[in-house]
Amino acid sequence: MNKAEAGSGVWFRLVTLAATAAVALTACGTTTGPGGSTAAPPPTANMKPQTEIGPGEGQLNLIAWEGYTDTSWVKPFTASTGCKVNAKYAGSSDEMVTLMAGGGGGQWDMVSASGDADLRLIYGGDVRPMNPDLIPDFADFQTYFKTPPYNTINGVHYGISLQWGPNVLLYNTKKFPIAPTSWSVLYDPANKGLITVPDNPIQIADAALYLMSTQPNLGIKDPYELNQKQFDAAIALLKQQRPLVKKYWPLAGDEIQLFANGDVMVGAAWPYQTITLQAAKKPVADTIPTEGATGWGDTWMLATNAPHPNCAYLWTKYVSTAKVQAQQAIFFGETPVNSKACSQMEALSAGSCKQYHADAVSSYFDTIKFWKTPIATCADGSTTCIPYSTWQTAWTSVTSS
Amino acid sequence: MAVEAARRPRKTGGAASLQSLLWRRPWLRALLLLTPPMGWFALIYLLSLALLLITAFWQIDSFTTQIVQVWNLDNFRTILLDPTYRLVIGRTVLMAAAVTVTDAILAFPFAYYMARVASRRTQTLLFAAVLLPLWASYIARVYSWILILNHSGVLNWSLQSIGLPPANIGYTNVAMWIVFSYIWLPFMIIPTYAAMERVPESLMEAAADLGARRWRAVRDVVLPLAFPGVVAGSIFTFSLTLGDYITPILVGGAGSTFIGNVVYSSVGIANNVPFAAALATVPVAIMAVYLLVAKRLGAFEAL
Repeated sequence: MNKAEAGSGVWFRLVTLAATAAVALTACGTTTGPGGSTAAPPPTANMKPQTEIGPGEGQLNLIAWEGYTDTSWVKPFTASTGCKVNAKYAGSSDEMVTLMAGGGGGQWDMVSASGDADLRLIYGGDVRPMNPDLIPDFADFQTYFKTPPYNTINGVHYGISLQWGPNVLLYNTKKFPIAPTSWSVLYDPANKGLITVPDNPIQIADAALYLMSTQPNLGIKDPYELNQKQFDAAIALLKQQRPLVKKYWPLAGDEIQLFANGDVMVGAAWPYQTITLQAAKKPVADTIPTEGATGWGDTWMLATNAPHPNCAYLWTKYVSTAKVQAQQAIFFGETPVNSKACSQMEALSAGSCKQYHADAVSSYFDTIKFWKTPIATCADGSTTCIPYSTWQTAWTSVTSS
Repeated sequence: MAVEAARRPRKTGGAASLQSLLWRRPWLRALLLLTPPMGWFALIYLLSLALLLITAFWQIDSFTTQIVQVWNLDNFRTILLDPTYRLVIGRTVLMAAAVTVTDAILAFPFAYYMARVASRRTQTLLFAAVLLPLWASYIARVYSWILILNHSGVLNWSLQSIGLPPANIGYTNVAMWIVFSYIWLPFMIIPTYAAMERVPESLMEAAADLGARRWRAVRDVVLPLAFPGVVAGSIFTFSLTLGDYITPILVGGAGSTFIGNVVYSSVGIANNVPFAAALATVPVAIMAVYLLVAKRLGAFEAL
């Protein structure tokens, strides 16, 4: 499509820029590590994180997902630390990036960013390294979430992992008495007008994940690192899907309404929608198909100019404890990163530990491809991967057609 | 009393001298009266429009999304050459036109009845009925349409209860057209009504004297005289539809993206303010042309 041509100016410049930087760095003898690191280090890479937590400043300004600062665990925190929590809820990862980029003057302390936003915040210089030694519960975190590629670059932690969850296939049990085993139901013309998909550019990765098993000759290894050919194949698949889609849902609540009213029968969703719909006695269930799933991992990240860093560390320390991790997991329908939270979850709601895979063994995490910002530099150091800005324009061309 | 009497002349003396100064210097009076509104207009309206235009010629760094102040026409080139944006602009303009025509057709007989047939009492009642929906919030009215049009909504329930198959128009462009036509209808009725009320009864009598029947008189006398009112109303319905982005999100389907939605996602998702600014100049340009045509058709005399 002309889409690629239109974006090629910016694309070409970015490639040239990244390539120049890569050459310059190689000349200096620096190697770039795997796992989504780019040639140029993040602007805040050399900022030394604090080594102790001082007395709280009395205030804490957070950008969070709705439900992440529920009074049931915020109240005890304020009572014990004196840090008053002021939260602004963001509606999307992109809004979080925009808010953080606009709050450079030191308005915000922390953001509960998801993996698709993290690298943008890190390379935008909006967040700074954090010291996990100040978080006692960090030692109990699942190994994957100590250094996930979306928030840790060259061993530097740009934030402390919080919770995670898979992107599931949600379906109406009346329409599908037997659980679908493949994401193919979302690309099947038989379900025309009954499908809903999130209105989010990162959805291209879901198409790429599906192509990994249906078109192995494309050679997709990581759905967030796509070369031009793989990217074009994913976009072509999404353009085929577009006439089948009833609606691209903007907010979780919209998808809940679509399923509740019977406008759609199958779609990509979060466990949160399933829990809410099942609580309302709607005939729905969710599943992770055989191709695996994408997922999100959230991280509390510290703003570069955070005005209340001590309260920020106190908060991170607090939300990493098994009890608060379990509380939040049950409240939101997601999974704690603290492996000790399992028993606490069972105490709050029997069976929830298993339901949310809080006891998952490390091999389980190989089936979940966690969101991370697509960048031009691939894992092998080449700069042939399609960056997020191109994902965005391509997504607009898919959903607008 | 005496004290007050002594005080009063001094007080009025100050005011009086200011008054006489303003009387002697009319330009000073004009300056004082016009500075606040004109300053407001220049600062808030013209300045923001100018900034919008300037930003449209910049770019962003595609990774960190910081604005790069390099002058170029890339954004406009993308809008003109990329079929996606042509499609979005075309869809938005077509919808605005369809809504305008629908509202004009619906409003004309309604306004005619209100202005020329109804009694004073009925007229007041109808006026209240037209304006009443404007008291409720826009979002609430759009949501009420979702309740009507969705799969298990009032429409399908009614159709099924009389034995007809369900109409699947929820989350489609048809749903958007219905909702827009409903929401902006009062903005068409009121100017049309105002224009019709100004048509003197004597003209109708003259038409009747010359042998014109009721319909002929409406077609040849009322319609041409009320037309500027319809055009004035169309400015509202057209521009409000052109700039909307909430209804497409709420009742639109998969292919319902409007200019406003792309602008919104360019700012909110891509953080690409320059591109959003460039795209936002499109409705500004369309409205400029529309207003020029409307002026030719006498819409501003009708307002």
